[in-house]
Formats: sequence, C-alpha cells, structure tokens
Amino acid sequence: MANKDVTFSARRGTVHAIVGENGAGKSTLMKILYGAQRADEGTISVDGAVLSLHSPSDAIDAGIGMVFQHFMLADNLTVLENVVLGAEKRHGIADRARAEIERISAEYGLNVHPDDLVADLGVGIRQRVEILKVLYRGAKILILDEPTAVLVPQEVDELFDNLRELKSEGLTVIFISHKLDEVLSLADSITVMRRGITVSTVDPKSVTARQLAELMVGSELPSPSTEESTVTDRPVLTISDLTLAGAGGPDVVKDVSLTIRAGEVLGIAGVEGNGQAELVEAIMGMRDPSAGRILLEDTDISDWHTREIREAGVGYIPEDRQRHALLLGAPLWENVMLGHQTQKPNVRGIWVDAAGAKAATERIAAEYDVRTPSILVTAHSLSGGNQQKLIVGREMSHSPRVLIAAHPTRGVDVGAQAAIWEQIKKARREGLAVLLISADLDELVGLSDTIRVILRGQLSGEFDPDVVTAEDLGAAMTGAG
Amino acid sequence: MKGTSLRKLGLALAGPVLAILVAFVVTSIVLLLAGDPVVAVWTQLLTAPRPRLVVAIINGASVYYLSAIAVAIGFRMNLFNIGVDGQYRVAAFAAAVFAGQGWLPGWLNIFVSLLIAMLAGGLWAGIAGWLKVTRGVSEVISTIMLNAIATGLVSYFLFQVADSTTGSNVTNTKLLPTASRVPGFALIPGTPNKVYGFVLLSMLVGVAYWVVLNKTRFGFDLRATGRSETAAVASGVDVKRMVLIAMLLSGATAGLVGMPLLFGQDFSYGTTFQPGLGFAGIAIALLGRNNPIGIAFGALLWSYLEQQSNGLQITVGVSSELVFIIQGVIVLAVVIAYEVVRRAGLRMEQHSVARQLSDQPDFPTAEGLPV
Repeated sequence: MANKDVTFSARRGTVHAIVGENGAGKSTLMKILYGAQRADEGTISVDGAVLSLHSPSDAIDAGIGMVFQHFMLADNLTVLENVVLGAEKRHGIADRARAEIERISAEYGLNVHPDDLVADLGVGIRQRVEILKVLYRGAKILILDEPTAVLVPQEVDELFDNLRELKSEGLTVIFISHKLDEVLSLADSITVMRRGITVSTVDPKSVTARQLAELMVGSELPSPSTEESTVTDRPVLTISDLTLAGAGGPDVVKDVSLTIRAGEVLGIAGVEGNGQAELVEAIMGMRDPSAGRILLEDTDISDWHTREIREAGVGYIPEDRQRHALLLGAPLWENVMLGHQTQKPNVRGIWVDAAGAKAATERIAAEYDVRTPSILVTAHSLSGGNQQKLIVGREMSHSPRVLIAAHPTRGVDVGAQAAIWEQIKKARREGLAVLLISADLDELVGLSDTIRVILRGQLSGEFDPDVVTAEDLGAAMTGAG
Repeated sequence: MKGTSLRKLGLALAGPVLAILVAFVVTSIVLLLAGDPVVAVWTQLLTAPRPRLVVAIINGASVYYLSAIAVAIGFRMNLFNIGVDGQYRVAAFAAAVFAGQGWLPGWLNIFVSLLIAMLAGGLWAGIAGWLKVTRGVSEVISTIMLNAIATGLVSYFLFQVADSTTGSNVTNTKLLPTASRVPGFALIPGTPNKVYGFVLLSMLVGVAYWVVLNKTRFGFDLRATGRSETAAVASGVDVKRMVLIAMLLSGATAGLVGMPLLFGQDFSYGTTFQPGLGFAGIAIALLGRNNPIGIAFGALLWSYLEQQSNGLQITVGVSSELVFIIQGVIVLAVVIAYEVVRRAGLRMEQHSVARQLSDQPDFPTAEGLPV
C-alpha cells in the first residue's frame, strides 16, 4: 500500500508543506489529490464539500491544480500557446487569453510574457509558466511537486516570493519537498510522511531541521563529520584545454583543464546549462571534443568509445537517471548489467550470465539498501531514491578508478542521500577520483576537496570548500564576481 | 515469485484474447449490417479444418512465421522494417535464379541458395539501415520506397532471365533441379499433401531469435537500445552500428521468407509467387508481441483464418475477403489491448511493490548501512 490512513488539512491562504523520504508515498498522495489515481478508502474535501475525483479534469474543476516536477511544456510553442493548450474553452486562444495571462502575471507578480517562445526561457521562468497554466485554469489550491529541485538558489528565492504572493491573495499552496531548510522558511505548517503514513503535522516555528529529518527517517540521523583529506599526488583523470563546439553557436565547453588525483573529489558548481552536461558527455565518450585531451592516468582516452572508457574503469552516474541510467521497463537485474554488459559477473564470453548478474543485484540491493521486494520487478516500480541507490551500487561494484557523478542525490530523500554520500566518501578513502557535479552547494562543500565553478563553458579558479561561502560561489556562478 | 510469473502470464494472454473477442464482435456486427448469415459464417470458420487444410495452414504459418520474426527483430530495437515485403522478393528471386542453374549438387545448392537469399535480403534492408545511419532517413520511408523499387527491379530482371521453355504465359525462373527440392513431411494423415520440409527452418530461426536476443551480450545491447536509446548510448552501445546490424539481420531473416515456397512448392520464382507476406509479418509480429512463441500462435491463427475463409464463398455465399476484416480488427484491437494491459500491469506491479514493502516489518535505516 503506497498510502495508508493519510490525514491532513491545509487552511486557505497558507503554504502547507508535505515532507517525506522518496518512497514515503508523497507522489501517490499527490496523484490521488490530482485525480490521477483513486483512493481505496477515505475522502478528500475542499471547503467542507466531499469530492469524488475520477480524473485530473475533476480535480481542476474543484480548483485543485498540479505543478509537476518535470515541466510539461512544448518548447516550440509560445507561452500563450502552452497556457491555452487544452483550456481553449476558457478564454479562447487569442487576445482574450493573452489579456488574461497578462492579468494573472501582473496580479501574482509572475513576470511572464505571453508571446515569448518557451524554448528561449530559463528554468525558473518555465516553472512560473507552469504555475500560470494552473492559475489560468482556475485553480485555488496549487500542488507543487519538489519545485526547487531544478532551481539555483537565486531562483528558489524568486519562487518563494511568488508563492508568498499567491498565499497572500488567498490561494492555498501544497508544497512537496524534502529540502528541509526550504520547507522551514516557507511553510506555515508541515505534514511529515513516512512509509505511506502521515506521521505528524508540525509548526515550522517549533521544530528544527534536524528534528524534522528525524521524523522523516524515523530514527536519529547519522551526523555528517568532516574527514581527513585523502588526496594523493597521483593524477587519475587529467583534462587539458578541452573544447566542445556548440551546434552553430559559441563553444559549449571552452579550454577546460582540470586534474583529479586519486582520493580526491573535485566538485563543479554552476547554474545549469553552462556546459556541465556537455563536459560529462565528452569525458564519457558520448561527444567528440573539438580540441583538447582527456587522460586516464597516462592513457589518452579522448577518442575512445563510451564502452572502452567504461571498461577502463570510469564509473558514471548520469544527471538524468530515467533517460540515461535505467531501462525503466526492464527488471532490476538487467538494469544492474546496463553500462557493464561486457564485464563480469554479467557476461561470460558472448553470453549473458543471468545468474551472475542476479547474484550481483541481490548483493547490491542488500548493501545499498535498495528497497524492493524482488530483483525481478521493473526499475519503473521503484521510487526515485531507490533507483538512484541501485545505480550508485552498480557503478561502485566494478571498482572504478574514476567516478563521474552528475547530481548523484538529485530528487533523493535524506536517508538515501546520506547513504550515497557515505559511499562516495568511502570510495574516496580507497583512492577513487571523483568528478562531482551538483547544483546542491551543501553537497559540493561537504564532499569536495576542491571546488571549481563553470560559467558559460569555462572553469573558474579553485575554491577551498573549507573557507568558501555560498555567496562567493553564487557570485562566480552568475559571473557577478 | 510464483504469483508474479502467473500474473505476468495472465497479462500476456489477456491482450490477444481480448483482441480476438473484439474482432469476433466487430465482424459479427459487420455481417449483421450487411445482412449476411452470421451463424453460418462462424460455423464455416470454426469447424475443424480437413486434413488437406491442416497441411496448408501449417505451411502458410511457416512462411508467415519467418516474415514476422524478421519484423520483430526490427521492433525489438524500435526499428519499423516495413520493407520485409521487398526484401523477401528480392531474396527469393536471387536465390531462385542461382538455384535454378543447378551449378552445385543437391543439398549444397540449397544451402548456398539460402545464404544468397539472406545476403540479398540483408543488403536490400541494409540500404535503409545505411541511409538511416549516415543521413538520418527514417527507415519507415526508405523501406516503403525500397519495396516499390524491389517490385520494379524484380519484374524487370525476371523478364530478362525468364525461362521461355515452359510454354505457358506465366513468367518464371528456371525450375530447380529435382535434387535441390526440399522434400516434405507426411505429418498429417488423411491427405497426400505434405508439410514443407522447411518448417524446420522456421523453427530454427525462431530458436535462434530467442537465443540471440535473450541470452547474448549482443541481444542485450539490442534490447537496451530498443527500450531506451539514450540509456543505451550512456551504457556504451554504438547505436548507429546497432541500427545497421539490426537492419541487416532483419533483412537476412526476411530473405528466408520465400524459401519454404521456393524449395517446397513452387520450385521457381515467377509472377505467381505469393505476394504480401511482408505486411502479414508486421501484423503477426504485433499480435505475437515479438515473442517467438507468441508469433508462432499468431502465424497459425493468420494462416488458419485464411484457409478456413476460402470456402466461405461457396458454402455460405459470403466473400472470403471477410477474413481481411477479421485480421484487420484483430491487429487494431491487439495494439490497443496491449497498451491497456501494459498500463494495468505497470500499475499492478507498482501497487504490489508498495504493498510488499509496507508489509515488511523494519527496514535497515541509514545507520544500518555498511560504512
């Protein structure tokens, strides 16, 4: 059962947060509220009237609107076209709709322009378009599913200002997150979920982030301790003057040089879309660099194929796990083979060694606490955090020399996050070189031995994580410094 | 996990059963609207076939099976090889021309002809693969075009090499030497007709298909590419190479489609050689869900409907084209039914995973992890 005896109520004109680990049942609850899934028992009421929600259109008729974590916008259409799509009956598709969008935008300070092309918009404004879409359809209750996961700190502040504006206009915001500091700063009341049950509803003024986290996990948290540096002087991954040409535009990565030594974690901070993804893909052999060299220890791997690079001991945790790291429709043990389908214990000669791969999967599931009833279920049926633990376990199982970790804990709950961090630290102690790309500054500061910032494809100088402040990094990330 | 596998089997069967039921209802409605005798038609279609027809059904199915496997190879990689139709005709023609010469003795002649058929079919499909890899041309478009070209090309060359000694108005290649004909099996009692010897070829191809896809590294790469091209690339699959290889394999298998006919019945390639086998293959691959056993049932069903409908015109005065309606509805319904069943299966699995997890007493929490 994904949800069991869930009870909470949100007052009008407030922000009500729902926190819980991944797999705690938040998404299921949201689907029920949004009419995408039916509850077996229990009731949902708005303003005292009990609703029966059979579909998302019932929910929107009842004034409940959903802003999804993954934006549902068509890039090649304008804001106006995206907003009216599927709601053509409300205000038509032309001037009346444009006026309405401008009115909503002005009323709630969303700063959205109806005739902009969505492809040209940044992540923050796309999210505001999503919010506007929901408001346009007459929502009085907004559900936001982990809205800050894709935003940089500045954008998070803007979003929070928008949400406070919505609430002061009498709308109700239900805010799902597992970033506790955000929840504490924004919410008027917080409901904690654990394993499908609402554990309690607390007042943010009377709890600390730590108490909240303990409510979520159901036990005391392991305290993150600073560690001795394990950096050696043996370079494992050396990149010199790497340049990647953009598609007809400026270079997406320009003259990047970096060295990662055994036992070192090099963190790269940056606003998304500044060349991080391309840099990772170049290292993994998925893109051809137009200039520069990539050395794995003493071997030039610049023109190697992805498979050779992986076989040479480069582990890879991709940024988008659903697109790049998993076969969602395949069973877990096949997912454990993925990326290592030429290596033991997954294959013997040209033959798949299903028994070997299944045994490895059982071991990974146990060691990395992947919560699943069986290794035969599909990856799709696992929660995001458990999917990610499986991926981390899979990459670590082949004792990599280098780990390329892009946002390794994105969209992952506190418990899984701590576990993944611990695995990275442990591997680092054993001499692993890690390239860590993250939008989470706490993660970067906590794990890295050295931090560098990427801006418009170029790397900044080095920052020492022990002394750097979030403001310094923020300035370097936006180019203000 | 016995419950899981039982459920999976149930879900796998639910699709086709549902589709066949829908086809039954829709066809009955069509018959009613047309004022045709519904009961008489179904009686004709559903009476046990006579031994002669049983042989024809098996023979037809063995040909359809090869065609559907050829299509399924592409499907498993998200390639839509509509060109099986052209590929098998090019291949059958090439093999017939070679085999007819009788340059090699008996079985060796057959064996080399099979290789030539696979090569011809593979190369013909390879053109589409090559265009996709180098120029990004959708294989759907290029294989349709290649079908048209194949038709023209084969007719042209058939005329060039036609055996004029036959004295009939049918144009065909030189007849195979008697030693290079594949003898049939007298499997079914009560009829002198024999089942094609190349039924074994179809079975062999089915087994090879299953083994290569499910048990080899190459098959894993191919399936991974079909499930998610992006994930396959990140895992180190060279997708372009896979596209080319998959098209070559699909085409080579398509090349075998005409072989049971060539070596077991017609003994030459001519203007009367059975057309349209490639398109039936697409429908059967969909019906059989790319599964070697499922496809076997699909091929048998297809062939059964065709053979049973032959008598409709004579016995109940209804055009045997009715069978196309049945087949068409089955395919349409099966595509919808599979999607419905797939979603239901996904939901059931998610529910059962969540339920089993919440039934477990205690999870190891973060502290319990090995550090």
